[in-house]
Amino acid sequence: MGGDEIEITPEVTAERIRKYLEQEKRFDGRKLDEFRDIIIEEDVSKKAEGSVRVKLGKTEVLVGIKMDVAAPYPDPPNKGNLMVTAEFLPLSSSRIELGPPKFDSIEVGRIIDRGIRESKLIDLEKLCIIEGEKVWTVFIDIYTINDDGNILDAAGIGAVAALKLAKIPKYDTEKKKVLYGEYEGKMPLRKMNPFAITVHKIGKHLILDPTREEEDVSETRITVGSSDGVIYSLQKGNSSYFSVEEIEESFKIVEKAWKELFKKVEAQLK
Amino acid sequence: MTTKDSNFKRPDGRKLDELREFEAKVGIIPNADGSAMYRSGDTIAIAAVYGPKKMHPQHSQNPEKGTLRCTYNMNSFSVSERIRPGPSRRSTEISKITEWALEPVLMLEKFPNMVVDIHINIIQADAGTRCAGINAAAMALAHAGIPMRDMVSSVSVGKLDKTIVVDLSKEEEDYEEGEGPTDIPISMTHSGNITHFQLDGKIEPKQLMEAIEMAKKACEKIYEVQKKALKDSINMEDTD
Amino acid sequence: MSETEHKRTVVIPGETIVEGDNYLPGDGTEKQGKKIVAFRYGLAEESNKLVKVIPLSGVYQPRRGNIVIGKCNLITFNGWVIDIGTAENAFLPIMETPRFVSKDRLDEVMKIGDICVAQIFGMSGRGIDLTIKSRGLGRIDEGIVFKINSNKVPRVIGKEGSMIRIIRDYTNCDITVGQNGFIWIKGDKIEDELFAKRAILFITEKSFLDGLTERVEDWFKKNGGVKRENKKYEEKQEDNFEGERNDN
Repeated sequence: MGGDEIEITPEVTAERIRKYLEQEKRFDGRKLDEFRDIIIEEDVSKKAEGSVRVKLGKTEVLVGIKMDVAAPYPDPPNKGNLMVTAEFLPLSSSRIELGPPKFDSIEVGRIIDRGIRESKLIDLEKLCIIEGEKVWTVFIDIYTINDDGNILDAAGIGAVAALKLAKIPKYDTEKKKVLYGEYEGKMPLRKMNPFAITVHKIGKHLILDPTREEEDVSETRITVGSSDGVIYSLQKGNSSYFSVEEIEESFKIVEKAWKELFKKVEAQLK
Repeated sequence: MTTKDSNFKRPDGRKLDELREFEAKVGIIPNADGSAMYRSGDTIAIAAVYGPKKMHPQHSQNPEKGTLRCTYNMNSFSVSERIRPGPSRRSTEISKITEWALEPVLMLEKFPNMVVDIHINIIQADAGTRCAGINAAAMALAHAGIPMRDMVSSVSVGKLDKTIVVDLSKEEEDYEEGEGPTDIPISMTHSGNITHFQLDGKIEPKQLMEAIEMAKKACEKIYEVQKKALKDSINMEDTD
Repeated sequence: MSETEHKRTVVIPGETIVEGDNYLPGDGTEKQGKKIVAFRYGLAEESNKLVKVIPLSGVYQPRRGNIVIGKCNLITFNGWVIDIGTAENAFLPIMETPRFVSKDRLDEVMKIGDICVAQIFGMSGRGIDLTIKSRGLGRIDEGIVFKINSNKVPRVIGKEGSMIRIIRDYTNCDITVGQNGFIWIKGDKIEDELFAKRAILFITEKSFLDGLTERVEDWFKKNGGVKRENKKYEEKQEDNFEGERNDN
């Protein structure tokens, strides 16, 4: 409501956030490595092959899976395709300018893509219909609904959850048509949960799941896509630096957080 | 009811003047100044309003009255065949239609040099998306405290072969018998003025006037849903 | 407030509040024939035949005398341009500072990005003019600054500052409330500052209820607040508070 500039966390509040962290405290009383309450709603969009709404505190994202049949890449010719896109909808925050995708949404799409792809969560070979001719393409589309920080991790949870719910439409090989609404089988997944967990550095402190205010103050961050202690993808973002010790500590923080995230997400997905 | 065939059977069994199951809620997006959700059957629209706020760039400012800007976007997975993310000609047109549907009731002269942004997102689509979007946007504008002369309600009436019906479903939009479907989305203020009107198909003026009458009655019902959602969001009793 | 306070009802734009010859249209309403019609979403209130709508949302309307909190966006040769959330920027001229400032030292008083408490002393065609001459005004050095809806400010301040006093008593913090919705809290301990912020957010959620002062005292007691009787903080804002529109 008026004054877009003043809405970016003022320096006085940023000072307070840093000061509080020196006492290992956060504004909302959480521990430094604690995630906000997670709520996952299933099947929020009927025409998707799988869809979820993820709420991380007040941050909300919608993730939907659509599938279509296309020609495979020549190398290899027997694997399905994966495409991950993220859209930062203007309705989710007053800060978003209208126009083509900015760096943030492109980065989210690519980081989540790598986490899913490199972990081989989806058994892409099982998505081959006719080798060299027809394979399934899995589209994972992420939309922000309310941005209160840490869209990235929320999107990652959503992508994994939506895939677990996803079903494969029937394909009419004669008419060469996908029969949307009629399904045969579930998305072929390996048993794993490659969540993206981002560690943010503020001063000398490493925190997880920042709110909008905290994210404004974050100096640098590292996103780790991992499952059960194995790292599949990693990306450091923003300028500033991590010491080697801080990187090592980040890995420990991520491993611990992954276990708790896994429990919370399993509980939500019945 | 003076339609051609009152024994007409709608695919989902509804009466000719029966709306699909509806649902409305306000305050669903914490960051927004005003927000709302409107559902009609399997069509779900959400809307967020930001503003009034300073307009950038400065040379776009209008010193006589505020500006209204609207975006309409369908999620890629809201329909059976995936829509590529990003604006399309259709979404650009609907954005403009929505702007025109709502602007007449807004008292824009009360905030010169400022802009009100409305953003509509379709989560699930089963026909009537622009109407659901307008219904959600109207609630979101009121919720945001924008001065408005009246509420706006929107519905799609249609003609299936020769029969006028209210609130077309996707199945009805694809109706193939006889003269086929005619799709007529209409938006009206509560006091009965039409702010948005489109038509695709084939109809004679006399029957079109009947369609408008049915739309008016349907909009009255939708208005009650919108009003209730706005009033319910304030719980006058202490909930502690 | 009149003896015959009518029950407040929620109204939406376009809704008829009352109908009759003698009623007068107040804020947020229009007279259409014999009807008084709302053009804002809020609580309709009638007293002595004057019908108005108390808005629950909507943009800040600046008024002369208002205390506001804003951010410096630009320094010109003779003052600072301050963003207070209105369409036009507000301007703090160099003459409106408590002490003399030479023209080449403007950024020592306030830099771009700094936040300050100021008072609107003039509104003309050129824009909004600010001053920081009085006590309690000036650059904000430390604390928490956050925003609430400007329509809820009267409830946070309370009748003649009664609500603000309760928050101060229970949290031992200095609290400055800008009429434009920005609030600055400064305390000795960060826990106190966050406690005061939570209290204010509680008030904004229940802003339309009666007996709010008692509810807030109860809230403090329930949440472990201890009322401090020795007032170590300065009463610097009292004479600058705007009068209330609602009672408690």
